[in-house]
Amino acid sequence: MAVPRGQLTAATADLTAFPYFTSVVVKVATIRFRLDQASGVPTYLQLVQQTKHAVRYGMLRPGDRLPTAREVVLDLAINPNTVLKAYRELEREGFVYSRPGAGTFVADDAPAPLARSVHQPLRRSLDRWLAGAHAAGLDRESVVALITLALNDAFSEKEAARA
Amino acid sequence: MNTVLETSGLTKRYGRTDALRGCDLLLAGGKVTGLVGPNGAGKTTLLQIAVGLHRPTAGRIRVLGLDPWREGVALLSRVGFVAQDRPLHPGFTVAETLEIGRRLNPRWDHAYALARVKHFGLPLDRPVRSLSTGQRAQVALTLALGKRPEVLLLDEPVANLDPVARLELLEELMGVVAEDGPSVILSSNVLADVERVCEHVVILIDGRVRISGDADELVRSHVLVSGPRRSGKDPADGEVIEVRHADRQTTLLLRGHAAPSEDGTEVRPATLEEIVVGYLRSEREEVPQ
Repeated sequence: MAVPRGQLTAATADLTAFPYFTSVVVKVATIRFRLDQASGVPTYLQLVQQTKHAVRYGMLRPGDRLPTAREVVLDLAINPNTVLKAYRELEREGFVYSRPGAGTFVADDAPAPLARSVHQPLRRSLDRWLAGAHAAGLDRESVVALITLALNDAFSEKEAARA
Repeated sequence: MNTVLETSGLTKRYGRTDALRGCDLLLAGGKVTGLVGPNGAGKTTLLQIAVGLHRPTAGRIRVLGLDPWREGVALLSRVGFVAQDRPLHPGFTVAETLEIGRRLNPRWDHAYALARVKHFGLPLDRPVRSLSTGQRAQVALTLALGKRPEVLLLDEPVANLDPVARLELLEELMGVVAEDGPSVILSSNVLADVERVCEHVVILIDGRVRISGDADELVRSHVLVSGPRRSGKDPADGEVIEVRHADRQTTLLLRGHAAPSEDGTEVRPATLEEIVVGYLRSEREEVPQ
């Protein structure tokens, strides 16, 4: 399968801030958003998808702080309101919560990272299916076209319900 | 809703040319709005009328509720404007340029202007003529920002800038939006930049507003559909903005939704650039055939 869009470089650092507050450990997470201007996907949605992806793969964990609007603006030269719009959407979906003055954090009950036990068998069956497609003479583009159709059928109802 | 700019039937005639003809527009405050359209569509005229440089031939315009032509003095202390050619006096130094800003503007934050210039490492004692285009753009922007405007009007702010200077200017501009939250209205033909920074997009064609809407909504509601050429009416669900035929293939820009199908029809999201170009071309094709 194609590499998912919106790969993130993630770095998590533990900072012991203000040591005199004995038990306060501030965890600073930095993920860097990417912008794909050729995708036709609205910018705020790209940020939403990249954040979810990072949560799903454990690059962002509950309690991690998302970059501030200003940090993202200086990184990508996008509109700060777009960042806030993305964070509002993530909050609405329960992925993050915001603490006024402190920032936006990954929620404790954000969907857990995809477990290996779930991920691996699915991946293996997909590999088998791809081997079958290859044996049947399908090239890469035909495979992508077929998967796109199937995805569309499978998810169109869900998305229509959401919209 | 607080309105930053409102026009109705706004018309500007230069001799026999109509630069604006019946332009109706309503822009909410606190947003970054992009004006796009072909050369001669009226973008510059609209911005210049908005700061009182021209008197409308007919129609009405209000900026922050004020009439720019009659109430220019009250308005201009609250509006920052950078014209297309970034007019600066080439013989003045950067410091002298800022001093002019200080003396001409009742609301002027000199410390802020100096801090900005220092931040860019612009030498205060150098004449403007010796600066690079990118540096001049930063000085011109600083001159507009020094009065801490509620509205910033920028005519082609990134024209002639190299890619690095362009991104720096946009970063800077968005930093200002993050901190002070002025409303920004900018015209640009660099659609990738408009897509990057604008929440609201206005497509001007022939002196009229063709589309005015939320940028994300615009992108989400348009798709490109391409597939085998069909005869007769297309079954697509929505408003067809533009149709392009090849011998056996048809590509549509569609406002609405479509699903790919087994006959080889592909659907993909349209970028803002594709949407704007589609609207511009469709207008052109409606003229006599």
